[in-house]
This record gives sequence, C-alpha cells and structure tokens, in this order.
Amino acid sequence: MADVHAETRTPRTTGEHFPEEPLAPPTERIGPLRWLKENLFNSPFNAALTLVCLWLLWQIIPPIVEWAILDATWEGNSREACAAAEGACWTFIKVRFHQFLYGFYPLDQRWRVNLAFAILVVGAIPLFMARFRHKVALGAALLFVYPIVAFYLFHGGAFGLPVVRTALWGGLFLTLVIAGVGIVASLPIGVFLALGRRSEMPVVRMLCIGFIELVRAVPLITVLFMASVMLPLFLPPGVNFDKLLRALVGVALFSSAYMAEVVRGGLQAIPKGQYEAAQALGLGYWKMMGLIVLPQALKIVIPGIVNTFIGLFKDTTLVLIIGLFDLLGIVQAALTDAAWLGFALEGYVFAAFGFWIFCFGMSRYSMRLERRLGAGQRR
Amino acid sequence: MAVDIRSERETGAVPRAAPWRDPRVRSIVYQIVTLVLFLLFVAFIVNNTITNLERQGIASGFRFLGVTAGFDIGFSLIEYSAVSTYGRAFWVGLLNTLLVSALGVVLATVLGLVIGLARLSSNWLVARLSTVYIEIIRNIPLLLQLLFWYFAVLSALPHPRDSIAVLDTFFLNNRGLSIPRAEFGEGAAAVPGAILIAAIGIVALVRWARRRHETTGQPFPTVLVSLGLLIGLPLLAFLAGGAPVAFEYPEMGRFRLQGGLTLVPEFVALLLGLSIYTAAFIAEIVRAGILAVSHGQVEAAYALGLKRGQMLRLVVIPQALRVIIPPLTSQYLNLTKNSSLAVAIGYPDLVSIVAGTTLNQTGQAVEAIALTMAVYLTLSLLISIFMNWYNRHMALVER
Repeated sequence: MADVHAETRTPRTTGEHFPEEPLAPPTERIGPLRWLKENLFNSPFNAALTLVCLWLLWQIIPPIVEWAILDATWEGNSREACAAAEGACWTFIKVRFHQFLYGFYPLDQRWRVNLAFAILVVGAIPLFMARFRHKVALGAALLFVYPIVAFYLFHGGAFGLPVVRTALWGGLFLTLVIAGVGIVASLPIGVFLALGRRSEMPVVRMLCIGFIELVRAVPLITVLFMASVMLPLFLPPGVNFDKLLRALVGVALFSSAYMAEVVRGGLQAIPKGQYEAAQALGLGYWKMMGLIVLPQALKIVIPGIVNTFIGLFKDTTLVLIIGLFDLLGIVQAALTDAAWLGFALEGYVFAAFGFWIFCFGMSRYSMRLERRLGAGQRR
Repeated sequence: MAVDIRSERETGAVPRAAPWRDPRVRSIVYQIVTLVLFLLFVAFIVNNTITNLERQGIASGFRFLGVTAGFDIGFSLIEYSAVSTYGRAFWVGLLNTLLVSALGVVLATVLGLVIGLARLSSNWLVARLSTVYIEIIRNIPLLLQLLFWYFAVLSALPHPRDSIAVLDTFFLNNRGLSIPRAEFGEGAAAVPGAILIAAIGIVALVRWARRRHETTGQPFPTVLVSLGLLIGLPLLAFLAGGAPVAFEYPEMGRFRLQGGLTLVPEFVALLLGLSIYTAAFIAEIVRAGILAVSHGQVEAAYALGLKRGQMLRLVVIPQALRVIIPPLTSQYLNLTKNSSLAVAIGYPDLVSIVAGTTLNQTGQAVEAIALTMAVYLTLSLLISIFMNWYNRHMALVER
C-alpha cells in the first residue's frame, strides 16, 4: 500500500524507492481556546450572542443559587425558623413532606401504600432485564393481577385491613394512582378504538371516529367536569359513584382517545402484505390482529405510547380543579394554610421538581427505546 | 371434494356458505347488534338523566340564556354587567377564550421559532440553553406553571404604588400590567380600508410577479414590495387623516395607577404560561422540520448559484414547512384547549363562565357542558379545516 502510494506520488526514473517521512499525527485534543473559538466565537454575531447569554446567566444563576441553597433554611419545624432567612424556606417542605407524598392517608396505614409500590417496583425490575424469559407472563400479571392487589391494599375492606376512604388519598400517591389507572385502562381501550376506527364495518367505524374526534376536540377539563357533574345524572337514581372513580373514568376515556390515534398510526404503518399473508394462512380477524398485526404495530409506536403517558401524567394535575388533592392539589392546599402563608415559590418549585423527575425519566426512557428499536429497523 | 368442484364448474353456481359463516352476513349482524347496543345505551342514559332532572326539579332547555346572570365578570371585551343575561356572559367568555388563544398562538410561535432555531445554532452555549429551556418546560405540567406565574410571580409583585415602571409607559404591579391605551380619532377609519386595498394589491402583485417570472425568468422582489404596500398604504392613509391617534398613558395617582389599559394579572399569567409552555413544543417541531430537509438540498441550492437568503426562502423553508405545519396545527389546537385551565387562576374564559359559574347557578349541567363542548368542537373543526387547506396549498405537487 505504501509502495503504491509512494510510486504514484513521486514517479522516479531511477527506480529506487524512498519511503516518505510520515507526517506528524494531528493533535488529538483541541485546546480549550480553540474550542471556544470554534463553538462560541466563530463569527461576530455569535460572539455577541455568547456575551448576551453569559450576561443572562450571570443575572439568573447566582440569585437562584443564593435563594435555593446559600440563604435557604432547612432547620426548625415552624414558620419562625424561616422568619430571618432571606432565601427559600425548605422547612415548609420538610414539615409537609409526608403529606405531599401520602395526602391525608392515616399515618398508621401508610405502610400499605409503601408495600404496594414496593411490590410494583420489585415486580417491574425483571421486565428491564434482558435475560429474563417470562416477560409476557409477568407483564400480564402486573397489568391484570396487580391492580386488584393494589386496590385492596390502598382501599382496604378485606383481609382485615381497615377501609381508607378515597377522600383521604392524596399527594404523589394519588397522582401515581390516577396516572397508573389511566395508563392501564387507556391502552386496551385505545387499541380497541383504533381497531374499530380501521374496521370495515361502517357502523363500528363511525361510532369509533365519533368518540375519538369528540374527545380529542374538547379540553380535558370539560371531560372532567362532565364526569364529575353529569355522570351522576346518567346513572339510575340512587347509584352514586365515588368522586375519585368519576375522575378516573374521565381521565381514562380522555387518554384512550389519544392512545387510539397513536395505535392507529402503528396499524397504518404495517404493510398490507402482512394483513394479506395472515388472511392467506386462514387466520380470522382477531387472530390476525392479535398474532400478526398488533405486535408489530405496537412495537413501532412504543415511543408514541410513552409520550401519551407523559401527557397523561401531566394532565393528572387537572383533578385539582374538581377538588381532588393530587401532588399539585395538596401543595396548593398547603399554601393556603394560615400558618404557612407566603411560601408559594417553595411549594411550586418542589411540586415542579417532583413532576419533572417523572416526566423527564419517562422521556429519556422513550428516547432510549426509540434508539434501540430503531436500530433493528435500520439494519 | 373433487365432485363438488366439477359440479360447480358444470353448473356455474358457487356453493353458498352457511349464513353464519358468510363474512358479509356476519358483518351486517355485528353492526346491527352494535347499533342496537349503542342505542340502548343512549336510551338508558337519556332516560336516567330525564328522571334525575325531574327528581331534582331542574329545568331543561336553553331558556336560561335569556335570564339575568347576576354575577360580575372581571375582564370583558364587550359591555357586560351583573344585570346582563347568561347569553351575554357566554359571549364574554367566548371572546376572552379567543383573545387569549389568538395572542398565545402568536407569542408561542415567535418564541418557539426563536428557540427552535437557537437549538440548531452553531453557538454551543445558545444551543445548550435552548435545550435546557425545552427540557424543563416540557416536563412540568402546564397547570403547575400557570399557578406558579399567577400565585408565585405576579402576586409577589409590588403594590401599585411601587409599580415596576419601564420607560414610564409600562407599569407592572400585582394588579396587572398597565399599558398606554390608543384612542383613534375620526380620520383613522380610512386605515382598515387602506389595509384592505393593500391586501388586494399584494394578491394581484404576487400573481403578476409569478407570471412574469415564469415567462421571462425575471425575478421580482415580491416580499419587500408587499411589505412596503402593507405598511406604507395604511401609514399614508393614517397621515393623510392628520394622524388622529392619542395615547392615554397610565399615570401614577395617589394610591393607584390611573388611565391607560390595564391587563389583569389573570390574563397576563395565562398568556405567559400558555405561550412559554407551547413554545417549547413548537421549538421541537421547528427543529425537526429544519433537520428533515436533507443537506443535499442546501448544497444543490448553492451549486445552482442561489444566495443564502434565496436558498433559505426558496429551498429550505418551503420544504421544512411541509413537515412543520401538521404538528404545528395540533399545537395551536392544544393551546386553545389548554386555555381552559384559566378556570384554575380565575380568568373568566368560556369554561369558567359557562361550565363553572353558570352551571353552579342554574344547575343545568347538561346544557352548560354541551354548550362548552360544542364551542370547542367548532373551534377545533375550524382550525383543522383552515390548516388542512393551508397544508394542501403547501403540499408537494408530485408529477
């Protein structure tokens, strides 16, 4: 190789071969100055932009750090502890922390909530392990058996557990319950709606399109109002629903319409040949969908499904408008406590941080999945 | 089996499957069953609702729209007082929703465009900052952000006496944002007419320029001339009328600001929250749209000798818009629907007036919710019809 190169580059009449001196390797590391020049000051406009950004950061970051950390108060158990402090009063969060997590759930019963979430976490771990073989069975158990277990743990009324009324549920616990129920209910309903929307039967198709478009056109808050005000009217006199259950019905119906559109995207992406091949094998409609089409379609739209879950998780905050105390609701309620007036900023920052962690985690997970699934698609 | 086939060939008749195995028959039966179940369900609900309403003694029908509402609304674009009717209150709410949505769409688009472009910037710091903005804002519920702006930021502003003043024209305090109010005199009536004439002129100009470009190849600076027309004509009309505008500036009175136009804090918080939240989503859409235009297009444009501005205007932006518009539409719809969260901070929008106060006072839940839903349904339909039209206009014409 080197010979050929040398010959073509320097044809010599003597026929004698002199290899060229190898060039020095390029410097591997780009110095910090060079990096600055390339990335921050590569044109006058960019230089000006960089300076403006630096000035903005200088204006924003130090006050925030001072407020949140340097001047903040962590000690004490009462408002007086924060009287002198210039910065944030995290004492407020510390004192209320357990309420923000569990709402008004009775103190001596909170182990039930912890236990239920521990079961969920331990049960879900194998799903993320590549070597675990029985993922489908475990997933089905988590989807169908776990909710029953969790219901009896949360609500009680059996196995010697005292009943805890849903009015006492609150905080992050309630947020997770609403989001969880929404997720578990909206996926199957959404799949059926998507199948119905692509059905060849006009009546089924029209009903599904009507439902999906109606729900997607109106804001969640009107659906929640409807669930909380009109659901009692729709039911026979005497039948009364729990307030939480009404909100859950609203949230589940709302998110299933969005889920249906995501799943429909996946169904449309499956080539027609797959449908025809399944029919040629003599599979009926449900077998064709269940064994051939849906597994492929759902796999394609997993990122979209996770995005819908993120939206659903953020939307759970709306239940505070119909008077439930989810994480945001309980923070909002704590802010109006006469003993702790004036700490709105601390409360909202804490709640925002709580929601952010969950949503950001889910979006990172969805991006990872997308990359992994995409790798298979790209070949 | 073989006999069957031969006999079929001879007679030409297809053997009919049993009716319960015939897909067409089954499909019809399924549909009839679905329809009957659906109708039964509807009848069940309607029947229960009627019974329940009768038991509770609640009237039905939309007669309540003509009844005096008896409540005040803090922010209204049209004349409204406590003696006005529920129908009037409905219009106030609808206009408030439309106002905040329209302004929000404009602000969110501008902000989202800037941040989306910043994320693609070659400047490392600018790109990082916009990424941080997007990741923070997107992952926090909108309702939380609205409450934050309203209760933590705007309520914490100083009293009107110690307003934060910008150039002595804009005053920000815990009662809202005060801006100068423009009062137009009689001569200003010519301005809308001039705008209309300018618009017609632009349409004609664009057609003429395109035809000339197609026949002779001569380009014409359409955009500049159109802008000139759009700004120049109304300005001329305005000046010809003797510049009949007077600005009423807010002034510091003894206890509070006087004069000017005061935007209530609920409105400011809602507008800020909606725009900032939606802008994060729009920024991602803009970024994805621009990245979707392959680099070869840019290189080809340069190879053809286009200048940078021409390259962007004629090659990149039209192709990026095709990717951007459909998701942008749904963001606009989302913003409009999200404006209903106004109910949480007390901005009198459609939901808080109709599905909130009116429902509570009259008890007519079915009518109030149906009215609200119908409005949003219409708005969604209108926006998506317009956007579909625009999308078709922009779509790739394949040969």
